[in-house]
Amino acid sequence: MLAHAFFFYFFSFITVAASLMVITFKNTVHSVFFLILTFITTGCLFIMIGAEFLGMILLIVYVGAVAVLFLFVVMMLNVAERQDDKKTQSKSTHIPSGLIVSLVILLEILVVIGGWQYKSDFIKTGALIIDSDITNTHLLGNVLYTQYIHLFQVAGVILLLAMIGAIVLTFRKREGVKRQSYINQISRHRENSISLEEVKFKSGVKIDD
Amino acid sequence: MQYLNILLSEIYKIGFILIPILVSVALIVWLDRRVWGAVQKRRGPNVVGPFGLLQTAADALKYILKEIIIPASSNKIIFILAPVVTMTLALVAWAVIPFSDNFVIADINVGILYLFAVSSLGVYGIIMGGWASNSKYPFLGAIRSAAQMVSYEVSIGIIIINVLLCVGSLNLSDIVNAQKDLWFVVPLFPMFVIFFISALAETNRPPFDLPEAEAELVAGYQTEYSGMMYAMFWLGEYANILLMCSMGAILFLGGWLSPIDLFPFNIIPAPIWMILKILFLFFLFALVKAIVPRYRYDQLMRLGWKIFLPLSLAYVVLTASFLFYFDKLPVRGM
Repeated sequence: MLAHAFFFYFFSFITVAASLMVITFKNTVHSVFFLILTFITTGCLFIMIGAEFLGMILLIVYVGAVAVLFLFVVMMLNVAERQDDKKTQSKSTHIPSGLIVSLVILLEILVVIGGWQYKSDFIKTGALIIDSDITNTHLLGNVLYTQYIHLFQVAGVILLLAMIGAIVLTFRKREGVKRQSYINQISRHRENSISLEEVKFKSGVKIDD
Repeated sequence: MQYLNILLSEIYKIGFILIPILVSVALIVWLDRRVWGAVQKRRGPNVVGPFGLLQTAADALKYILKEIIIPASSNKIIFILAPVVTMTLALVAWAVIPFSDNFVIADINVGILYLFAVSSLGVYGIIMGGWASNSKYPFLGAIRSAAQMVSYEVSIGIIIINVLLCVGSLNLSDIVNAQKDLWFVVPLFPMFVIFFISALAETNRPPFDLPEAEAELVAGYQTEYSGMMYAMFWLGEYANILLMCSMGAILFLGGWLSPIDLFPFNIIPAPIWMILKILFLFFLFALVKAIVPRYRYDQLMRLGWKIFLPLSLAYVVLTASFLFYFDKLPVRGM
């Protein structure tokens, strides 16, 4: 038990410290690295309470994909920002909007926890019986694909919508771009690509394209 | 006191796996160069030691003695951390690789997810190295590499789902034991091919070595690295390749199981079979390096997103419907 407590405090201390670093560091790239550290230690905390599937998914989705894109964007921005920085000493004007967002999140957390308090037998419903013989992954699957299948499907559709929305917003058709068409390249034949021309003196040959 | 005992026995186990892996990484570099040479009708490294086996040791000695140069305008902490991250992540994944029924450091329930997570973290070493160098070529190489590795991870993930549908468990030992009668390479052969190609892209091997395409980007994210730090990138890359090979061996080639359960084959110990399968896959990796020209970047992206992703998704549907129709879905933990 002692070792368990030790590891818990170790990981939670790193999580809290790293998430503080995320908002205090000047350099945005460093902030993102601390965000990644927060994700990783949160994953470790998940594994410590026996939710190894969630912990691994957190690592794969957030650290392996989301944070990579984050880092990508921030690195790109950083190059532009550094040149900007010398010109204008910008003061932070994001505090009011940040406060509003964090207030909304706080309210949401309160509502969730309040709901939990209100219906405290929720954790004991049939589908959520904790059985040490069944692995975490199987338990989650049993609940997700039976009791909550519709919500699960709706979540999937929302993600699909978000993806399509992002593509529609950023897609633009550029004119005059010559693309390689594999089908055209493969289906070329000698007959329609090579022709023998009689070149007339002093007038030349007109070639298409 | 009992914590200390647990700690010591774990360290012993880790050392027992880690040291052979580090040695085999050195030998695998030699094998790679020998195969490469043989394809091109050269001899390859054959001077240092018997058959040139100690060539990598000599190279490593050279790297240790060389000066480590850290560019003045680089971000020093991240610059130094990048090769460390690459090397650590390449070695940390071996904790879950089973070499026989009970020859594994950590036989965890979500072994395959752990492997997938660690291999998807591998991109950080490259991005960090590329960005921290604060120079154009490494940065371009890092960006290319990040996009490439993220894209091919997607198809690897879906291929893993194919295998998991047939197994019904995320545990690596269960995955191997489910192949007692039939290796998954037979029913899932198209997936094995796609996995192999995606593994090439994931480990930045030729023909997908665009992050370090020397003709365009000098050496990509490794341009500013020198001495031991470069060697760590290099060794981490080869450890990653070995890891991908063992992942392929476990998912498709039946891990430590012998091909047929008959007399001359089943007296060979299980870890030997595992090693032989890893070596076979690595031999294919080395052959591909020698005989295939490099892809163009847009072709690479097209292959990943427009061909591999739909194909592997379609195969998931096919596998699932086949298993469902013939009532062969594995039922476990119900």
